[in-house]
Amino acid sequence: MNTKSRLFKAVDVLYICMMVVPLICGIVLKVLTKPQTEGISITGAQIYFTIPMPIQDLPVTESQVNSLIVMIMLLGLCLFLTHGLKTRNISVRQHLAEWIVEKVDGLIKDSMGEYFMSFSAFIAAVLALSGFSSLLSLFGLYPPTSDINIVGGWAILVFVLITYYKMKCGPLQYVKSFGDPVPLLAPLNIISEVATPLSMAFRHYGNVLSGSVISVLIGTALQGLSRTVLGWLPGFLGDIPLLQLGLPAILSVYFDVFSGLLQAYIFAMLTMMYVSGGFPMELYFERKAKKAAMTAKN
Amino acid sequence: MLELAIGIILGGCALGAGCAMIAGIGPGIGEGNAVAKACEAIGRQPECKGSVTSTMLMGCAIAETTGLYALVIAILLLFVAPNILVKILLKAIG
Repeated sequence: MNTKSRLFKAVDVLYICMMVVPLICGIVLKVLTKPQTEGISITGAQIYFTIPMPIQDLPVTESQVNSLIVMIMLLGLCLFLTHGLKTRNISVRQHLAEWIVEKVDGLIKDSMGEYFMSFSAFIAAVLALSGFSSLLSLFGLYPPTSDINIVGGWAILVFVLITYYKMKCGPLQYVKSFGDPVPLLAPLNIISEVATPLSMAFRHYGNVLSGSVISVLIGTALQGLSRTVLGWLPGFLGDIPLLQLGLPAILSVYFDVFSGLLQAYIFAMLTMMYVSGGFPMELYFERKAKKAAMTAKN
Repeated sequence: MLELAIGIILGGCALGAGCAMIAGIGPGIGEGNAVAKACEAIGRQPECKGSVTSTMLMGCAIAETTGLYALVIAILLLFVAPNILVKILLKAIG
């Protein structure tokens, strides 16, 4: 019994290390490779190194590394929460895990319906990945969601899902759905189909990026202001940007925490709405019933 | 002459970015309307506060999209376009 509980604790420590170590590694990497700049610096993701490839060199950027960090952290969190599940006399972490699963299931049931209950794992993954990626900026790391390549990848994944569920009634039905309500509007329907992933990617990335741009602008402005107002102080006191205390922190609560989590929620909600809205449910069940009747007759 | 041409490119990009952000007016008015109506709805039926708030946030996010398109264009014009345009100019001069 004693060795068993000791083993349990050791595995727990391993999982907690899995959550914390990648974050520290990311911060160390960021500090070591940060280029020296003066004043305003609004740049994209920094390229750590490039891998030579036959067609085009593959750059490994900050956003890729940071999203991998988030994924490892989430894996550690999931393993930690679901470690040692019991049926009775359950622990706090099992309560938390059950609460999360129940909440996501309720969300799916409310906005997608019973048929899509298998989507809850995907939606929870999107929510967690997007939310934690945006929250990474609290640690001074580059949030992967402010890179269009990362968010664009998610949007393409959602587009594939939407198209798959639209094709459930056969490709002919899918082509026919573009001529709805009149065939004359088919080009507009195709444009709106393509615009769906584009607008999803732009919305998420634009919100996070605009927050970080505004934060940098205000931080630089406050630095300049404090240099002019408090520059007369003797010695090193004049160099300390005292006015930078306070206001950036309040802005960070809005831009990093609230806006990031809201965008994660909206991305997940839109995914659910588009997938369940594009699926011709009645037609699908009609065809299914017809097929079942045919096989029963034979 | 080259300085003048590059100056015109930079100035044009900055002006274009400024003009693009005029699009911020639309989402501002739209979101203001949405929030006003949501406040009215909550005042009328306080028990629906949760669902009204989540629907309002959803609608606000979708209304924001046009403004964000403008923001993306402005950021491209400020940080990406000048480099490319100056490169094209230098190539044309040879």
